[in-house]
Amino acid sequence: MENLVNIFVKSIFIDNMIFAYFLGMCSYLAVSKTVKTSVGLGLAVIFVLGITVPVDYLLENYVLKEGALIWLNPAFENVDLSFLSFIMFIAVIASMVQLVEMIVEKFAPALYSSLGIFLPLIAVNCAILGGSLFMQERAYNTISEATVFGLGSGVGWFLAIIGIAAIREKIRYSDVPAPLRGLGITFIITGLMGLAFMSFMGITL
Amino acid sequence: MSEKEPLFSPKNRKLIFNPLSKENPITVQVLGICSALAVTVKMKPAFVMSVSVIAVLALANVIVSLLRNTIPNRIRIIVQLVVIALLVILVDQLLKAYVYDVSKQLSVFVGLIITNCIIMGRLEAFALGNKPWASFLDGIGNGAGYGLILMIVAFFRELLGSGSIFGYHVIPDAWYIKNGGFYENNGLMVLSPMALIVVGVIIWVHRSRNRDLIEGK
Repeated sequence: MENLVNIFVKSIFIDNMIFAYFLGMCSYLAVSKTVKTSVGLGLAVIFVLGITVPVDYLLENYVLKEGALIWLNPAFENVDLSFLSFIMFIAVIASMVQLVEMIVEKFAPALYSSLGIFLPLIAVNCAILGGSLFMQERAYNTISEATVFGLGSGVGWFLAIIGIAAIREKIRYSDVPAPLRGLGITFIITGLMGLAFMSFMGITL
Repeated sequence: MSEKEPLFSPKNRKLIFNPLSKENPITVQVLGICSALAVTVKMKPAFVMSVSVIAVLALANVIVSLLRNTIPNRIRIIVQLVVIALLVILVDQLLKAYVYDVSKQLSVFVGLIITNCIIMGRLEAFALGNKPWASFLDGIGNGAGYGLILMIVAFFRELLGSGSIFGYHVIPDAWYIKNGGFYENNGLMVLSPMALIVVGVIIWVHRSRNRDLIEGK
């Protein structure tokens, strides 16, 4: 249990998707103009990461890894399919996003209309594929660890996009030098926020 | 078209050179920032990354452009993802075979070329509606524009952060404080948030030279 909390806190603050690895920057920059839309996108990212990371974890450990197919037949001990992981992960992500979209549309129309166009966009959000690839690289021991890691990364991304959206709403009233307006100042603010987040470095529970 | 267009007509040359500055994928189109920043601590991985992206982008553009009349519109995203994923797997295996240490440094970021928005963006915006040769040039141009920014960021971060260029020390040893000099490497430049600030400054310089790119209030 302590271990899980530790992974959760670590993936939110220390290994933050945006500030430490710059994943999902494209939608982060494009959608962070108002707080309301960023809340929608942030929630969708948490949701999708919380689903795709455990699914990819199962795929990695029971199909792709060297010797993972042993449950099928002991003769497959030396089969190593890990070179297929990119294409498998992206297929899982694309289909999960489609599935989630259909389920949400059917059972929670209100949520669907507020997430709207963001759900399909998420399939090509680097943060989602990045979550699965980091899960593979760090080789978590149990599926609950992988799930917690996925949820934590999502929450970290959510916090980052809400923070920048709130700052961008306020900065409209400031006198930013003309060539820096818009994109430039957003980059610099994100950099400063990243420096602030670095103070969490080394925290363990 | 009545007459065959020369391979490097002015229009085609524009496809290569425009993305270097006026339509730069990173600073103007805001595409592909995700992977651009994490690999720029040193110039060598940045260089390998740029070459990989140029290769994947040019080939993916050609393949999708060849298939553009046969892909059904509704499943085009999946088809594009499969083409890109295939090329990225090839690049990943090549890097592992020939430059293993750089491939270790790049870690997950080679895989993330798949979701690099530059590639999807150019496939959607260009390759789906243009001929293979033009798409190839567009791929090379946009990849080079991406690589250019990567190399500029990596140059400053490596020079100021580690005092070297491409791994060769350029700051004389005698200048360092520990040898009785006055100079110290700026440890801040090695940290990841500085990449964002360097890109912000590049955008600032770029836009103050091209004033028509400035965003309105």
